[in-house]
Amino acid sequence: MTDYTDKIKEIAKRLLAEGKVDIVIGFRKGTLPMMNQPHVAASAESADELIWDSSCGLNLANYLTDKKGKIGIIAKGCDSRNIVTHVIENKIQRDQLYIIGVPCTGMIDHHKIKAMFDQEVRNVDESGDQITISGDGFSKTVSKQELLAENCAVCTHRNPVIYDELAGDLVTEQTNVDPYASVKTVEALSADEKWRYFEDLIAPCIRCYACRNACPLCYCPTCFVDESRPQWVGKSQDTVDIRTFHLLRAYHCAGRCTDCGACERACPMGIKIREFTKKLNKDCLELYGWEAGLSIDQRPPLDTYKNNDPQDFIK
Amino acid sequence: MTLIKIDHQSWIDGIKKAKAAYRVFGPVKEKKDHEFKLLDEDRMPDLDCQNTRMSPKAIIYPQSQIMFNYSLDESKDDCRIMKEVENVSSPQAIIGIRPCDALAFPIVRRNFDTPEYQDTYWVKAYEATTFVGLACSSACGTCFCTSAGTGPFGEEGLDVLMVADGDGFYANPLTEKGRAFVKTAGWTGKADSNAAEKIEQMKTAAEASVTSSVATDRLHDKTILELYNAPFWEQDAFACINCGTCTYICPTCWCFDVQDEISGKSGVRMRNWDSCMSPLFTLHASGHNPRPQKHERLRQRFMHKLKYYVDKYDNGIQCVGCGRCIRLCPVNIDIRSICNKMNNFDANACVCKVTSA
Amino acid sequence: MQNPYLPYPVRIDEIITETEDKSLKTFKFVFLNPGDEEKFAYESGQFGELSIPGLGEIPIGIASSPMEKGFIKFTVFKTGKVTSYLHAMREGDIMGVRGPLGHPFPWKTLEGKNIVIIGGGFAFTTLRSSIVSILDPANRSKFKDIHVIYGARTPGMLLYKEELKAWAARDDIHMNITVDGTNDPDWKYLKGFVPTITGEKAPPGAEDTYAIICGPPVMIKFTQPVLDKLGYSHDNIIMSLENRMKCGIGICGRCNIGKDFVCKDGPVFTLSQLNAMPKEY
Repeated sequence: MTDYTDKIKEIAKRLLAEGKVDIVIGFRKGTLPMMNQPHVAASAESADELIWDSSCGLNLANYLTDKKGKIGIIAKGCDSRNIVTHVIENKIQRDQLYIIGVPCTGMIDHHKIKAMFDQEVRNVDESGDQITISGDGFSKTVSKQELLAENCAVCTHRNPVIYDELAGDLVTEQTNVDPYASVKTVEALSADEKWRYFEDLIAPCIRCYACRNACPLCYCPTCFVDESRPQWVGKSQDTVDIRTFHLLRAYHCAGRCTDCGACERACPMGIKIREFTKKLNKDCLELYGWEAGLSIDQRPPLDTYKNNDPQDFIK
Repeated sequence: MTLIKIDHQSWIDGIKKAKAAYRVFGPVKEKKDHEFKLLDEDRMPDLDCQNTRMSPKAIIYPQSQIMFNYSLDESKDDCRIMKEVENVSSPQAIIGIRPCDALAFPIVRRNFDTPEYQDTYWVKAYEATTFVGLACSSACGTCFCTSAGTGPFGEEGLDVLMVADGDGFYANPLTEKGRAFVKTAGWTGKADSNAAEKIEQMKTAAEASVTSSVATDRLHDKTILELYNAPFWEQDAFACINCGTCTYICPTCWCFDVQDEISGKSGVRMRNWDSCMSPLFTLHASGHNPRPQKHERLRQRFMHKLKYYVDKYDNGIQCVGCGRCIRLCPVNIDIRSICNKMNNFDANACVCKVTSA
Repeated sequence: MQNPYLPYPVRIDEIITETEDKSLKTFKFVFLNPGDEEKFAYESGQFGELSIPGLGEIPIGIASSPMEKGFIKFTVFKTGKVTSYLHAMREGDIMGVRGPLGHPFPWKTLEGKNIVIIGGGFAFTTLRSSIVSILDPANRSKFKDIHVIYGARTPGMLLYKEELKAWAARDDIHMNITVDGTNDPDWKYLKGFVPTITGEKAPPGAEDTYAIICGPPVMIKFTQPVLDKLGYSHDNIIMSLENRMKCGIGICGRCNIGKDFVCKDGPVFTLSQLNAMPKEY
């Protein structure tokens, strides 16, 4: 995917020069391996910093909320689905955007890669589908497929669903994956086991809210955990409050989550936050045949009513 | 300086003995990462780690801490009367704290232990603690302690500095508290005569392994308003998502919120770590917010650490170079680049550039 | 070691509704424990944290004067969670007060000087404390001319109405009480905004004349150029700020403006000091 970089730079510079957009939102090289930084370019010089590789896993739709002006934005499959969601939810207008689509072959998981080695990972180089990880006195080349973030490994929408121009040829979508295998494992547990599973999952949470703030869906002006009148949730490290945050946030994302994985990527404690959202994605698919952000013309199932909506949850 | 040699067996025995007199904290591996934990009887500190993910500040200053409790039962005489909840005051020791994290405590102390007010909770816990540090043999790529007021063998904030040697340690007790700890642990082995020289060599090698740095020499000379009004904040804050990661994992971030929580007819007043990254941090009850924009909040964090603190205490920066914020920031905001930018910022040059353009 | 977060327990002795819209009430507290009143020795311009168990604390300027003994008074605007609860409390209820906090107005500097006190809306509480202190027979001779310009939207929104009347009848203080507008035919004071009245009534700036201003941001914004025009040095303009606070003692870190904390280093600053600080208030 690194060969997209030149094309992205060229498109960005052209759009800026032609005045088609005021800014282009993309990624620039970070100061650490696997840590590219969201970047806004308003000049050719700044557009030259734009890059693309397998560490562009954050969701750039997060930077669009209520922005004014004409915006160019780089969008892989999941970003494009969140752009669609943003348009549907009126957080940005379609005609403000020039979407530079990036067909994606998945992003690598920095948590997983760091955990593979006892020593510090100092360099990660990408060449085709091979990733070379090195540090003080070690170097290992691994196929990218083995290093993919979990959401990317099971992604079935790698191509952008909406775009004005592509930075590369469309890729073949994965069909032989089960996006909900992990959910099924949890579903099979007893109630007590599930409880323990989720307690253990969120035990390291420090309530930094990186998951929420990295999520393009979490744009509420005041999140329910921050509301003080009335105060719904306490602010301490009490497990009840931490649990309330994670569960309610997940429910607020139901039918909207694109499984972009930005929450997990952002979490400094390496918590698998998608374990919450995935279950709701699965329910939405099973109950309504719905996957979020595929079409700008369709209202999400949880804000529409149909006579044949499933009702057996009413007991 | 009386250098002590601790062989492997006396290390194990010493920690055991220390546990009888101190609550002993040390790094242990939790799932994938090391964290400081209270060590129960059988657990030894695992010093084979570069540093812990969270800083050890929570041992002195927990993320959530109850300050008072009270009754709301009208039938009780003490209804609505706040009662102080006692904090740690029995001896405790942090084993294997790194010099960067140790320096954070004297820095934070300037905030909690002032001539006018003593934060009783923090001060009592701090005074009850013995800091038994471990020198770093080699640095991470994100370490910049040598330009942040300490180094891999830095001593400030420590009561004992240990240096790993094979499967044992050299220990240098630096304070009364440190000597008392070493005595309790029963570490009496005298180091051989060439130990000091050997340690000096290891120190030189360790310092050389710190490859990144920040420049801070010109921060003091600029005015607050020059830096505050510098043009780079908005661009540098673009990626920031205003989460609390950098502030919570930082050993020198000390801000907190105070909250009352009630359950039935009893309540507590507690404090929780807070973050200047949150818009709520400064939101007035009227709805007015002095820092409504995210770049204003990011600027506050760096200005606090690298300018306000520098001006207020004339004692270096409010950063120890541990590199945690660089490693854990979800969007790669790097304090080294920002610090250098601030240090190199020339308000006059900037004005010239704008007017000539 | 004294725990600086521990409030003194107090009993609400009296509650006075100050304004016609009932948004402002004055609470008179008496200390439950003998000795606490002496520990709470304060000067005009300082503030306290009113502490309601179960709700939290709010920083409020002290409206009583140190010359008034046996109680302390705070006038509170109903706006947030804690103030709304406080407004619903009754005489006899127990709560807490922590303080005194922050710096008072610079009384040592002000001795022997002319003082112009300019207040607007409900930001007249520490100014009331100041006026009571200045007018006390033990203190009045320490100061030269005292001018007061105090305005509210309507007559019914003025605080401390009876005291204002009494002060206006005295000849050792120049009272200029004003309202933005009124149809009341019995209104015998001024009409007009505080900045305008300041331009008309305040004495010209001089080395020995100091202005103390407390009011809403818009009043301060338009009064400042008026004082500039009158020739006031920025060292002689004294202001009191507010920011969101928790600890009140410079430790929790949220109320800073630049390197200074509004709670501990302020809330009183001169305009010269504020000019060198970021506008984060």
